[in-house]
Amino acid sequence: MALLETINVMKVFGGLTAINKVNFQLEPGRIVSIIGPNGAGKTTFFNTLTGIYSPDGGEINFNGRSLVGLRPDQIAARGISRTFQNIRLFGEMSVVENILVGMHVHLRQSPLATLLHLRKFKAEEAEAENKAVKLMQYVGLRGVGNELAKNLPYGAQRRLEIARALAADPLLLLLDEPAAGMNPQETEDVTRLFRSIRDDRGITILLIEHDMRVVMNISEHICVMDYGEKIAEGTPAEIRSNPRVIEAYLGRGAVAGQHEEKLI
Amino acid sequence: MITTGFRQLFDRFNHGLWPCAIIIGHTLLGTFLVYSTPRSSLAFLALVSSFFSLYYFKADTRFKIVAGVLLALVVIPVVGVRNIFYLEVIFQICVFAALALGLNIVVGFAGLLDLGYVAFYAVGAYLWAFFGSQQFYVLHFAPGTQPSNLPFLLPGDAFYLFMFLAIIVAAITGVFLGLPVLRLRGDYLAIVTLGFGEVIRVLANNLDKPLNFTNGPQGITPIQRPTMPEPLVDSFNNVFGSLIGHQASIADMYNVMFYFLALAMIIVIIFVTRRIDDSKIGRAWTAVREDETAAIAMGIPLVRMKLAAFAMGASFAGVMGVLLAASRTFISPESFSFMQSIGVLTMVILGGSGSIPGAILGAATVTLLNLQILQGFSLYLSELRQSDAVIPLINFAWRDLSTQLDPAKYQRLLFGLILILMMIFRPGGLIPAKRRKRRLAGEEAVTEQ
Repeated sequence: MALLETINVMKVFGGLTAINKVNFQLEPGRIVSIIGPNGAGKTTFFNTLTGIYSPDGGEINFNGRSLVGLRPDQIAARGISRTFQNIRLFGEMSVVENILVGMHVHLRQSPLATLLHLRKFKAEEAEAENKAVKLMQYVGLRGVGNELAKNLPYGAQRRLEIARALAADPLLLLLDEPAAGMNPQETEDVTRLFRSIRDDRGITILLIEHDMRVVMNISEHICVMDYGEKIAEGTPAEIRSNPRVIEAYLGRGAVAGQHEEKLI
Repeated sequence: MITTGFRQLFDRFNHGLWPCAIIIGHTLLGTFLVYSTPRSSLAFLALVSSFFSLYYFKADTRFKIVAGVLLALVVIPVVGVRNIFYLEVIFQICVFAALALGLNIVVGFAGLLDLGYVAFYAVGAYLWAFFGSQQFYVLHFAPGTQPSNLPFLLPGDAFYLFMFLAIIVAAITGVFLGLPVLRLRGDYLAIVTLGFGEVIRVLANNLDKPLNFTNGPQGITPIQRPTMPEPLVDSFNNVFGSLIGHQASIADMYNVMFYFLALAMIIVIIFVTRRIDDSKIGRAWTAVREDETAAIAMGIPLVRMKLAAFAMGASFAGVMGVLLAASRTFISPESFSFMQSIGVLTMVILGGSGSIPGAILGAATVTLLNLQILQGFSLYLSELRQSDAVIPLINFAWRDLSTQLDPAKYQRLLFGLILILMMIFRPGGLIPAKRRKRRLAGEEAVTEQ
């Protein structure tokens, strides 16, 4: 059974159909990419999945239950974590605190235990802190636990965002352009990180990415969007040679010329 | 340049036994000055500021606690009973510090700009004003026509019960305000809360008809005080009578008692605030303040967290309202004007948004500025006006100076000026909020600059 399934999902802004009847299925344990030109509706699709926008039509099922009508925090609690295209960390909080916020849904902490610092509160906080440090190190951040998130360099901020998303122990991780603005070395490192997240933790990954090296290298399946519609789907090899994809990226004339290597 | 020089000087004396010596010296000097010149504002400032050397200098925690307790529970009451005006100023500082701490949760932690905070203060004050006075028996009388010799509705001791009730009632009011405005952010939220603050004040002003709940603009008086145990007055006089130089009357002791109550509330508030701030709720508040969208994507229920912030901030104001009503024995809508809300907000921003010691310092600074420094200038100016003195060089007689130039009237100008200057030079406030440094196992020691 698919982990995530969308049936005819629509999202309309005024006269603009941002997502037009997208049918999409995501099998558990896979790494899948969504690609498409700017303005294709990829991020809108993410925002619809995570409840920031409510769909104007269609069904979204996650883990066998419908997500339509749920608030973003309820969807997050069901097991969908995400990162953002433009990094959205809690800048005035420390690195560890950012990760602890990611654990919010798993921490119990009754008001009484919090006020009286009961043993179970302290134990839970200490355990959460330990887990946060481990996550920091897992994504490759060391010795910056007490730094403010806003003071980290760009690449480290991207990693922190991933650690924060992982802190929620998600079933599905949505990554919105995780390699944007990174140099080739950093890109390679995060690509390896994504693969290990899937292999070691069994987390399904759906990512939006413009960097075709990342997409072709990591994805087992690719979904292509253009003007709010899903125009193609398949393995990286299939997508590479799909004329509709080349047309969407390079224009109609390019199909005749078969400039497909430019895409890759 | 000046700040670094000061920093170096400060650092030189901030180790070893120096801090203890400075704290003791400062306190003794302040006490001595106030003792010898009971009417000098400067002496009083010297004494009050000793709390800040206590806060700023590094010393043994046990020493600090003992010094703080002695200062707060012995020196202040003794000096205060000698000159009851000081005790009044200190009480006001305490009340405003509690309000600033409450608003700090809403504005500083959760980032929700609330311009009508004083409404919750009013709710608490009117709660006790209604139940702790004769107001219940004059429901059917227009203001000013009530018969005399009416009994009080509740005995004075119900006051303590109402301190708890006010927490609940104000928290519920906070939730009621929060519910409709949850969808609003920033400026819109500020305007709606401003409106709410005015609604409460206007209600207090007009709820004298059809049933006379609030006695309208005349306000409710007298309001009950909790009963004062006789032995307390006697034992206080026995212990401190010789230091004070006269016997403390019951009225004096009420001042001392309300000061102690306010102090106790501040300690409870600080304790609760710190514990909550360092839990998942506090982190969720800060996350909401920093980035609402990211916070909600991390599974933080926005509505519940904002309501919790509103309710908690409101409950602190509510309990201080009860305290105010009882200590003044008089409450009128005027005490809850928009300017009060702005005043409390000024304290929070001046001290440092999101900072607990900042809120207290902000409250102390603004209150002292209002009650002591501006009043002092006004007094000085009016003395000059009555004298024959002239301003040198321009040969302008002080007597001819317009009465509009009364510093006490420039409170608003000063608030505005403080806010603008703070935004330019020290946007983080006098004591900026700091994140707690954690000892992280498995982390290399974080190097500090």
